[in-house]
Amino acid sequence: MRTAWTWASVAVLGTLGMFAPLYLPAFYLRLLTESLIYAMFAMSIDLLAGYAGLVTLGHAGIFGISAYLVGYLTARLGLPMHVTFPCGVLGAVGASLLFGIMAVRTSGVYFLLITMAQGMIVWGLAFRWTSVTGSENGIRGILRPDALATQQAYYYVILGAFVLVAFLLVRLVRSPFGLSLLGLRENEARLRALGYSVWLHRLLAFLVSGCFAGIAGAFYAFHNNFVSPDAVHFVLSGQGLLMVILGGAGTLVGPVVGAGVFIFLRNVVSLYTDRWPMVLGALFVLTVLLAPQGLVGLARQLLRRWPAGAEPAPVGSTLPYGVVSPQPLDGRNNPAPHQPTNHPGKRRR
Amino acid sequence: MPLTFYLVQAFNGITFGALLFLLASGFTLIFGLMRVVSLTHGAFYLLGGYIGLTALRPLGNFGLAVVAGALAIGLVGVLIERFLLRRVWGQPLAEALLTFGLAFILADAVLMIWGGDPRNVPIPRFLRGSVVAFGLFFPKFRLFTLLLGVGVALFLWWLLACTRVGRIIRAGVDDLEMVAALGINIRAVFTGVFCLGSMLAGLAGVVGGAFLSLYPGADAEILLLGLVVVILGGLGSLEGAVVGSLVVGLLDTFGKAFFPELSYFTIFGPMALVLALRPRGLFGRV
Repeated sequence: MRTAWTWASVAVLGTLGMFAPLYLPAFYLRLLTESLIYAMFAMSIDLLAGYAGLVTLGHAGIFGISAYLVGYLTARLGLPMHVTFPCGVLGAVGASLLFGIMAVRTSGVYFLLITMAQGMIVWGLAFRWTSVTGSENGIRGILRPDALATQQAYYYVILGAFVLVAFLLVRLVRSPFGLSLLGLRENEARLRALGYSVWLHRLLAFLVSGCFAGIAGAFYAFHNNFVSPDAVHFVLSGQGLLMVILGGAGTLVGPVVGAGVFIFLRNVVSLYTDRWPMVLGALFVLTVLLAPQGLVGLARQLLRRWPAGAEPAPVGSTLPYGVVSPQPLDGRNNPAPHQPTNHPGKRRR
Repeated sequence: MPLTFYLVQAFNGITFGALLFLLASGFTLIFGLMRVVSLTHGAFYLLGGYIGLTALRPLGNFGLAVVAGALAIGLVGVLIERFLLRRVWGQPLAEALLTFGLAFILADAVLMIWGGDPRNVPIPRFLRGSVVAFGLFFPKFRLFTLLLGVGVALFLWWLLACTRVGRIIRAGVDDLEMVAALGINIRAVFTGVFCLGSMLAGLAGVVGGAFLSLYPGADAEILLLGLVVVILGGLGSLEGAVVGSLVVGLLDTFGKAFFPELSYFTIFGPMALVLALRPRGLFGRV
């Protein structure tokens, strides 16, 4: 039943996606392309935040390193995309290795603070290292090869990459490795006792996540033909995390839904007001307060209430984005880490 | 480079460290007791600075403007603690994300009210100019900031070590449930500590508005340095905040002098080193 529904929706969405350039005006096609790029970025954050329980606020740093590398190599050195793209992704993985080694020995808020500081340092570099990054002016003229110059062609590349990334991530989170990440999130001490190397698992998760963030960053550079310090700013890290939480952390559908809703909202809101950061902040606050399981979590709750007792919740699906810190910071302040997920009426206050 | 260059830069670094300490001490105090990572601290700093700037004209006195900035931010802090943070009580990450969202709202409100141009809080007349010693010029305002930082450090030490409130706070850091079981209203203590930490950020903002300048984005820059201070020193430790502030102040000042383009990067290396050796910071509890 469940799988049938899943496959049906995948088929419908796939068809809609395949033929999007036929019925969508150029502006909306551009938005859709952007949503897919952000969806990849958000999924990479979700792998860390939702599955491994390591909430990061510095992922834009990694995303942006890739975007800047691609930008510099393409626009300044004139190298072709098939060279610059892998270079950007490799740069992101290299940065993830460095940042990961620094951060993965901690978890919870320590991890959040360290990654946030790392991301901000990358931003400082992008902002101040004028001779390479062009500071606020950024790097312009990151042109795609002629074959991908049109919005339609680029859309199909992004769509293909998105499907590939989503497929790889689905396989990854269902693999023994992905399950051990979930285990780490839920009970670090137990996995440690079972002989898992906590450090290595987290570092690998960080690397994989950084790789996908790098892919998104490289596509972003070619999408905008331009990178500026905004691409590494912690605001972007926050936005990525918001997409994850808004959609539903710990599910891969969540970040995709979150990215779509987010891009849509941003465009609607900016029609009416310049106060987008305020709306963004309010969205953050409201999501954390009212819908910690995100839209996907809410939808699941509704579905479960409707046909009474239809199906049990899959493991970990409605856990609020590792808010339940895998290792309660010091064994206190954690009144009820595991809310029973099959009582939709019971809400966290 | 002549020796005087190093002396002047060291002085600048230490005084900048004192400013950072004003911000980081509140941050670390809040974390130490409440385990709340207050990412609004950068926005508090900026908002406090602008409030001080606006209050300066009617009040006509720098000292009163500092008090006004601190009190206003203290009030904002109390409201946030009572009406928002309590709703996600006990979930450290939700608390951090809540304050992160609030930082966006406050920073945008600041931009809406005061606009985007850089502004300076005017330095009061008696603090303008420099003290000359050993043939070097030491700006009076920087000396004042240093004294203020030392004063706040001593006050916090006295508060934590010598008063009943301090004993409650230290006991709360060690064993919250036991303190509550002894009949102490720990919630009230929380509100008080969050208020005090926020006030320190507001105070830092007014002083920082005269020391540096106020502009949209200054909140993120000072927050980054504040974060590195507590990452280096150890979250929740007052000694850590003192040492971390001095280290970051010096690194940032010398970094800007030697490698202007890569200045942020100079704090990265030491941060990586400390994290490799002591993931919870120099004075952090493991």
